[in-house]
Amino acid sequence: MDPMDEIRQTFFLECEDLLQALMEGLAAIEGGDEDPETVNAIFRAVHSIKGGAGAFSLDELVKFAHTFETVLDEVRADRMELTPALMSVFFRSADQLSDLVEAASVGDSVDAERMNAIMLELDALIDSDGSDAGEVEFEAIPLDFSMDFGDVEDDLPAPGGDSWTISFKPHATIFERGNDPVLLLRALAELGETEVTCNTDALPDLADIDTAQSCLSWDITLKGETVSEDDIREIFEFVEGDCDLTISFGAAADALPEIDLPPLGAPDEGEETGWELATPSQDADEPAAIPDLPELQEPAAAEAAPAETEKSSGASPARAESSRAGPTATVRVELDRVDRLINLIGELVINQSMLAQAVSNSGVPQDSPLMDGLDEFKRLTRAIQEGVMAIRAQPVKPLFQRMSRIVREAAAATGKSVRLVTEGEGTEVDKTVIERLSDPLTHMIRNAVDHGLEQTADRAAAGKSEEGTVHLTASHRSGRVIIEIADDGAGINRTRVREIAVEKGLIDPDAALSEAEIDNLLFMPGFSTAKNVSNLSGRGVGMDVVKKAIQSLGGRVTLSSTPGKGTTFTISLPLTLAILDGMLVRVADQTKVVPLTDVVETLKLNPSQVHGLSNADRGIMVRGEFVPLVDVACELGYRPPLDKLSHHVVVLTETEGGSRTAFIVDQILDQRQVVIKGLEENYHSVPGIAAATILGNGEIALILDVAALATGRNRLSDVIRAA
Amino acid sequence: MAEQQNQRREHEDKFISFWVGEQEFCVDIMSVKEIRGWTEPTRIPRAPDHICGVINLRGAILPIIDFAARVGMPVREPDASTVIVVTQNADQLVGMKVDAVSDILSLSTESMQPIPDIASESAKEFFKGVVTREEGMIRIVDLSRIAHVEPENLAA
Repeated sequence: MDPMDEIRQTFFLECEDLLQALMEGLAAIEGGDEDPETVNAIFRAVHSIKGGAGAFSLDELVKFAHTFETVLDEVRADRMELTPALMSVFFRSADQLSDLVEAASVGDSVDAERMNAIMLELDALIDSDGSDAGEVEFEAIPLDFSMDFGDVEDDLPAPGGDSWTISFKPHATIFERGNDPVLLLRALAELGETEVTCNTDALPDLADIDTAQSCLSWDITLKGETVSEDDIREIFEFVEGDCDLTISFGAAADALPEIDLPPLGAPDEGEETGWELATPSQDADEPAAIPDLPELQEPAAAEAAPAETEKSSGASPARAESSRAGPTATVRVELDRVDRLINLIGELVINQSMLAQAVSNSGVPQDSPLMDGLDEFKRLTRAIQEGVMAIRAQPVKPLFQRMSRIVREAAAATGKSVRLVTEGEGTEVDKTVIERLSDPLTHMIRNAVDHGLEQTADRAAAGKSEEGTVHLTASHRSGRVIIEIADDGAGINRTRVREIAVEKGLIDPDAALSEAEIDNLLFMPGFSTAKNVSNLSGRGVGMDVVKKAIQSLGGRVTLSSTPGKGTTFTISLPLTLAILDGMLVRVADQTKVVPLTDVVETLKLNPSQVHGLSNADRGIMVRGEFVPLVDVACELGYRPPLDKLSHHVVVLTETEGGSRTAFIVDQILDQRQVVIKGLEENYHSVPGIAAATILGNGEIALILDVAALATGRNRLSDVIRAA
Repeated sequence: MAEQQNQRREHEDKFISFWVGEQEFCVDIMSVKEIRGWTEPTRIPRAPDHICGVINLRGAILPIIDFAARVGMPVREPDASTVIVVTQNADQLVGMKVDAVSDILSLSTESMQPIPDIASESAKEFFKGVVTREEGMIRIVDLSRIAHVEPENLAA
């Protein structure tokens, strides 16, 4: 790849992180965070994007980022107050910025009209002294590894006023005594705001470097009227005699220091400082992409100066908190590589179970060392598998952040006032699941705002707060990921839903449906309750499509609704798409797998408990509850319906909606982890079958789609068929 | 001399011929990935009759088509000589159950003839043409039709 392309790609990857930081910051402020550092973080994010965009001549992006940044700077300097109105502009600006980045990454352009509208809004906010919004200036900026362009160039005036000027040149002996200039510089920074310049003039060529020698010196400007010379002397107390030190009080050196490259391969201290540029290891919790800290008025060169990180120690204590959420040390890896690894782990799991089966068939006693070793092997395999899966797992946070934008847009389009409350953003889900969840979730959120919440006037009439709330929650529950979308609207109008269903011929006018069954009509193809197909959610995509999309991920979607209180949609997803815990059962001489998460209990079939008129309409009493009974072999067409049930076993299952179904199987064999292999690759999907897996003996076993098998005889579907 | 031969061979393609019942067929060797012994497949519910099921091909799920059933010939129980011809059709790997593999043929384009008009519709549907040899007629399989495993009535 063209090296420039590569850097460009890195820039867009960085932008993703920065945009996320921007959204996080805005959300924090909206949530009542008054920490000035949060504003700084937002400013830095926008600034860094602008910097990077400048390097790639993405003029539109630069122009917009600059305007946005200018307004943010006003806020940062306390010249502008953060009002809700302003926040709204900021949110929209952030959305616009994200659009611009996305457009730039694919070489597209954005809706100019919308962008100009927001630009005008931003321009209007800028004071007369900040009226340079239109012009954009750029300086050459050094590229460092992390592609951080932030703060290299800055429009703010260099710090003026009186300050201490310290010149510090360590001798070689300083290292012999184990002193580290870094620590001294950091101690200085604790006295007050510092500006550190590294002087590398004395640095010889790489080939000539004697690592025992000291070749660097530093010029430090320390601001702070309260600092006395003694305070400074005290810091250097232990290195007196090991360095040249001059301290003077007066106007700061006005000349901007030149840009110095990090002294790679320099003696001892050079090596150490080089490290700090690559990874801000001194402050491990500091966001890697934004290594610079609140001292934004630092001149350009400070960025590249080795002592850059040290200055940060004088930062406000709030910093630690605000950067807590920032990424720790990370590695970007191509997804392909991870997927290859996951495939291999899949093979390993199969191989492990093959081995276990072969050994147990050979009649080795249970207490032999071989069996112990096998157990350990199994445990390790599982641990490795979990570890690798964790690589693919990502928090749902970015997804949720995108949803807050959807809510804003939907609210604006419907003229409702809506607040999105998110919870459990740290919940980790497989990357593929997150990607493929975006569309259905967007649709559901739009639905919640458009159909779920009432108009503001209606809310007021119902005695509710005018602002509607949509809760978006993610959590782990019994091995699955649960995502809930809850609105506090009017709830489902069941009478109306029923009318529509009858109107559209989906159900028989006389059909007796339970509340849950009526609610589930929403998932029927060709159903739309909105009286007027609105611009927002009436795009010909119904809840049936949402349901399909979620089912294709091995998930289920259910809903519950209370009139006047609101509607909650619950999506339940598997943690991973690759491996599941299954119960191996025998059905008509074939091995099948029932996902363990669906299994409630297993029972010995007692024919006296079976009730029902015909084979197709049988049920079984389980602890006083009547549960429909499905003969799996018959349902899958392996054998004709059995007249007499005898030695069979019943697997009682429960799907997300809480509906229970009892499945007749011939025998229960085992319980184990199986690797999911899609049937779609070389074949196509089969109703009633979720996927396939390979057993220890190399045979293929089909994984049952419990929900589909259960609904195969769902009363609702019978009603629909009859209509 | 050698050059002349090469030139003549340019118009020849290689085919693998196989037996199903009393008849011989052949398929373009470039689409054959491997030939393997018979493995009892796992049946797929509600699959059409010509789909025997799926087998494990080194970790991949491989659907098996019963060639005889597919082209409307009597289906035989698999025996020791039954093999699976693993073929690649577009992106999909599909195995064909055949009675035995017999030979590798070099066929020139000229020697191939269209399916005679008297043949049944199914013959026309699944074959690209025929080659006549001393021993009899060999039909050339149109893999894109035979190995097509899309759901047939998805819309229903």
